[in-house]
Amino acid sequence: MFGDASQPSAKPSRESSVRLKAAAEGAVLVTGICGRLGKLLARELHRSDTVVGVDRRPFIGRPKDITHHEVDMRRKKMKDIFRGRNIRAVVHVGVLHNPRRSDRERHSWNIVAFQKLLEYMAQYEVPKLVVLSGANVYGPQANNPQFLTEDAPLLGAQHFGGMRDLVELDMLAQSFFWKHPTTDTVILRPCHIVGRVRNAASNYLRLDRPVMIMGFDPMMQIVHEKDVTRAIQLALRPGVRGIFNIRGPGEMPLSHLVRKAGGRPRVLPSPLARLALDQLWRLRLSNFPSQELDHLRYVCMVDDTRAREELGYEPIHSIDRALRDLRRVRYLR
Amino acid sequence: MTCQPLCGKWACPCLVSRFLIDGSSLLLHDGGMSQRGSIVPFAGWRRPRLLGDSHWRAALRSVGDRVVRIAEEVVGQDIDARIAGIRTHPNEVGHDPFGFDPETSRYALAMAGLLHRRYFRTQVFGIERIPEGRVLIVANHSGQLPIDAVLIACALMLDANPPRFPRSMVETWTAELPFISTLYPRLGQVVGSPENARRLLRQEESLIVFPEGAKGISKTFDQRYQLTDFGLGFVRLALETNTPIVPVAVIGGEEQYPSIADFKPLAKLLRMPAFPVMPQLFFGMIAPLPTKYRLYFGEPFRFAGDPDDEDSAVEEKVWLVKSTIQSMVNRGLRERKGVFI
Repeated sequence: MFGDASQPSAKPSRESSVRLKAAAEGAVLVTGICGRLGKLLARELHRSDTVVGVDRRPFIGRPKDITHHEVDMRRKKMKDIFRGRNIRAVVHVGVLHNPRRSDRERHSWNIVAFQKLLEYMAQYEVPKLVVLSGANVYGPQANNPQFLTEDAPLLGAQHFGGMRDLVELDMLAQSFFWKHPTTDTVILRPCHIVGRVRNAASNYLRLDRPVMIMGFDPMMQIVHEKDVTRAIQLALRPGVRGIFNIRGPGEMPLSHLVRKAGGRPRVLPSPLARLALDQLWRLRLSNFPSQELDHLRYVCMVDDTRAREELGYEPIHSIDRALRDLRRVRYLR
Repeated sequence: MTCQPLCGKWACPCLVSRFLIDGSSLLLHDGGMSQRGSIVPFAGWRRPRLLGDSHWRAALRSVGDRVVRIAEEVVGQDIDARIAGIRTHPNEVGHDPFGFDPETSRYALAMAGLLHRRYFRTQVFGIERIPEGRVLIVANHSGQLPIDAVLIACALMLDANPPRFPRSMVETWTAELPFISTLYPRLGQVVGSPENARRLLRQEESLIVFPEGAKGISKTFDQRYQLTDFGLGFVRLALETNTPIVPVAVIGGEEQYPSIADFKPLAKLLRMPAFPVMPQLFFGMIAPLPTKYRLYFGEPFRFAGDPDDEDSAVEEKVWLVKSTIQSMVNRGLRERKGVFI
């Protein structure tokens, strides 16, 4: 269709230098562009860059200058996208978080597809990779220090098996650092992203009567989705590499956060909450696995000193703004 | 007929639907029903908020305020002014990053102040020796319950001028206990980890440390006022962050809950560091004995050296601190006239 996939991949050195020179004009490939965060990122990026989107889903309301490929990342067609144009950076946002999906599907999407992506990146010498991981790879634990630095061990899967593939994805990206030192790899680990996105934290804060665990009120950090997209844009600058924690403007106790978001907390003892949530999960009345209740008990907050110093990142949107945008239908600009 | 008390409109849809559905009186009607537009009876019903959260909270607050006022009269100090006088490091949204809550702390300080001044009648010596800025306050640990920590904290808040905000490191497993895990951070206590300690000292805070740990607090009565082994971590921390160490001798803690034995099998079963056998509990005396506490603050140590030095090099410095505290304890014991006076 687009040519033989088994073509020799070695490129002459002259051509690669040409590619590096042309890097500034190259396109930015965004995976998972049809998710809410992906769309938001695309809308911010396409003003300054050529954006190529990859997703299984159709891109509804796509700006004209964004090229969208409706393909599965695991398919061969993915390689044609790399071959067909000059890609200057890959932003990997297409991480499957949905806990309802089977372990197998999540593994195949988050690990196998990502491995393929890394393979193509190495083959076509893409100079930049930005991976959106998350602070929950550190995992909420009783013995966590109040602020986790980037060097903290990734123990997110210790009590919650569903996190295994997300931790592995982070590790894969880390191993890419030394396997391909010519690529500037950036791993971003933001705290709970809140806004129009449909992740666990935002869904929780959207509830009228969110459950809280009796006797626990951990400090929480949230970050506005637009701050995350800005951090991704900052990470796309040439020369930036490393792992960066991303934090919002300040932290506050969970109860304050819930009340600010307009919810009235329903306080349950931990065993009861676990039991109830397990039953609701089984009956498909709730989409929160009971292991995630640990987030309501223990701290899992990050220290963003490195992002401030090396990335030049500073959160702009306030917590109030993030909580207001939870129920927003669209951004008007 | 108009929907007079509400929206003042003729033939208001909410009025009609009300009558059609449950015929309830206009008095119960609220204007919001028309927007809700539900034809399901009781769809918009909400629990009457006569005893809602805010009422409970207001009632609790008035009780708490009264306690604070009583304490202020007994202690003879303005507790709110003391709390307002400490230096904290709030984040962008005005919360302490470690969860300190002045509202909760004023009640705690009021209660602790009563213990400090009236129950244990604490005498504080040499508190002016605590230097400005970051400081590690190292004390001997005793008394089965960490009342010594409470009293040192009280001394820093009520006796030091200007008041110093005492942070102390608590055991990790307290973060797993309901209510305790909420209460401790609100009072400014922090889960014990080197990262947290480093961060607090860099913020120029004062940190109370008991290097003896659980071994020290659960001593039996025959070993009273004999310091057990000190950990090395606090000296390494002081070297790393260039922090002065203030030694503190606490007298009076050992006699509050005399323990005659440590019932190890039960302690192991309950996963506790020790299970002290305290005779006073057999007589129904749950409260600690009202011993007289004396707190002696010593001259600060300022160490210099490599924080990653070998244990033997660090041990020397630890030994210096430990022997100073032990001699301060011995002197304090010689000077006191009795346990309760």
